[in-house]
Amino acid sequence: MTNYIVRRLLLVPVLLFGVSVLIFLMLQALSPVERSALYVRDIPKNERALDGIIRQYGLDQPIHIQYWKWLTGAKNATTGEIKGGILRGDFGYSRTASQPVIDLIKRRFPATLELAVWAVIPVVAGGILLGVIAAVNHNKPVDHIARVFAIVGWSFPDFVLGLLLLMIFYVGTDWFLPGRISDWANRAIMTPEFRNYTQMISIDALLNSRLDIFWDALRHMIMPVITLAYLWWALTMRVTRSSMLETLRQDYITTARSKGLSERTVVRQHALPNALMPVVTLGGGTVLGLLSGVVIVETVFDYRGMGSAFAAAAVQLDIVTVLAFTLLNGCIMIVANVVVDVLYAYIDPRVRLD
Amino acid sequence: MTKKQENTRKPMGWLEAQLGTETYRLIKGLLTNPISVAGMILLGIFIFVAVAAPLLAPPREGADPFKIPRDGYGQVPKPPGSEWRTRQPPLPFWWKALVGTDSWTHLMGTASGQWDIYYGVIWGTRTAFYVGLSITAVTALIGITLGTLSAYYGGVVDMVIMRIADIFIAFPFLPAAMTLSAVLTPVLGRGLIAPMIALMVFGWTGFARLLRSDILSLREREYVIAARVVGVRDSRIMFRHILPNAIFPTLVLASMRIGSYVITFAGLSFLGIGAEVGYADWGQLLSFARDWMTQLREYWYIIMFPGVTLVLFVLSWNLVGDALRDVLDPRLQGSR
Repeated sequence: MTNYIVRRLLLVPVLLFGVSVLIFLMLQALSPVERSALYVRDIPKNERALDGIIRQYGLDQPIHIQYWKWLTGAKNATTGEIKGGILRGDFGYSRTASQPVIDLIKRRFPATLELAVWAVIPVVAGGILLGVIAAVNHNKPVDHIARVFAIVGWSFPDFVLGLLLLMIFYVGTDWFLPGRISDWANRAIMTPEFRNYTQMISIDALLNSRLDIFWDALRHMIMPVITLAYLWWALTMRVTRSSMLETLRQDYITTARSKGLSERTVVRQHALPNALMPVVTLGGGTVLGLLSGVVIVETVFDYRGMGSAFAAAAVQLDIVTVLAFTLLNGCIMIVANVVVDVLYAYIDPRVRLD
Repeated sequence: MTKKQENTRKPMGWLEAQLGTETYRLIKGLLTNPISVAGMILLGIFIFVAVAAPLLAPPREGADPFKIPRDGYGQVPKPPGSEWRTRQPPLPFWWKALVGTDSWTHLMGTASGQWDIYYGVIWGTRTAFYVGLSITAVTALIGITLGTLSAYYGGVVDMVIMRIADIFIAFPFLPAAMTLSAVLTPVLGRGLIAPMIALMVFGWTGFARLLRSDILSLREREYVIAARVVGVRDSRIMFRHILPNAIFPTLVLASMRIGSYVITFAGLSFLGIGAEVGYADWGQLLSFARDWMTQLREYWYIIMFPGVTLVLFVLSWNLVGDALRDVLDPRLQGSR
């Protein structure tokens, strides 16, 4: 077990290095002038000042030196100030958001995390429940409906579903609202009495025992959460279903049944724990799907989080910002995959022996 | 049940002898499975639309057919059935026989900027096939090559290739494709090429991993060991005995991937970094809805026609892929 975990963890720096190299290579497609946004806020129009900046931050130097400076930052000779350096958390300046990229990330990240947290609950709970129901009722109408749902769901692009939901619910009914929060609630949040613990509005509202704000935040999130969740809902259902069917055919289940245990006990206590093992491997994929999904969902529902900032930057070809977000995505995924692998090895001893 | 038994007892038919037992079973399975038949009918309709595009929606003389014709420049979309006022493209031959008038209408309405939605939906089918098939072909080729190399040589080669795959997998597909597309756009210009290359670069890993694991498991099968014992060369074992058997799961993945590539590509266009404005592409048509987020009930046709077409297109490939998987893996029959 320890051996497996150590081997898995040793891979992390290798992957991080690879990811950083890939991002840096994409950065090389930019001209030195564009790359100077890594270090300075305003790119000067004046050619001589521009040359000064390019020389100052070594943007004309060999590629390995530039890579090192990109990682650790470059020193400004006149002021002695160190600028840039992704390891220092300085990703340069965002042209589209007119602020340092790291500030943009800090401001937008809680909103996206909030959306993701709420989306994971229906994916895990609903998907597993549906999968079990379908498997237990194998080849009955419920099962067929679940299968059709899975395959149609898998074919439904999230932006089409989002647009349809917008069309059906946002116009005419005021049950669900676009954006992240209503104006009145936003004003209430800005007041000093409201303490921001996590920057996630729904959770902060609960901590401040402001149920009205909590409800408002929730109403803004229901549609984005559904759009974000349904695809992985379908996938989780499918995997749970086939894994459950496989498990129900095992000899030990037959034994349990012939002992005279009720079907309920057999399904819940004997089959389900084993059937859920492959579902854990979906964890990495779910994070992957959420990171992709938020880009579209936040754009469609005008929810101001990381995804919509990323989309806006990409459309306006603000590459420095886009690459910073992509780097962050890569790091999140590497961590998520390690967590899933270790968790899987922990619950399924067979994995460790490989 | 009795029918099945009869089938097994029946002597090998002419067709079966021609195609080989395995291929025959495959084709028969695909033709008798209602899911795959539904998928293939849908797919057939799309192929027909793509081939017959110039007849269904004739382009203007000398114009790029993939450029959607516009009817003036007004901002407000027009509902389906409105009359085509300025610069009508040529009428399709069936129009007069069917409707009896000489004036062309906007069958599915227009989007903001008066782009004709019907024309975009029809010619967008060609774009979808072009994009989906070419990205899948390239990613499958890269994946098959790298996966085979990885499994065949093992050791350092395997480790390096799989670590590279790990690095590419560490990026969520859509944002990664957006990133590379944004990086490439200033170099290659706005159009289909930049997003397509971006999807290819990040898409091959699934094929490589699948093929590698398939080959590794096939290598341990008795018939391969038997071939080795008899003294068959390694390369011959690889290309004659292992690869042909490993290729079917790849086909299933490919048919599923066509759908997801088309979705992702449409997503890029929808967000505004795929096909340029006015290009016949479903995602690009859907992006017009973004101008009217609060009035979508009134302008429903901007979403409905391209949206439903996109869903059906992807569904058809997924249905065929799903059925193909059932047929290929008898163990799974009825379990999915």
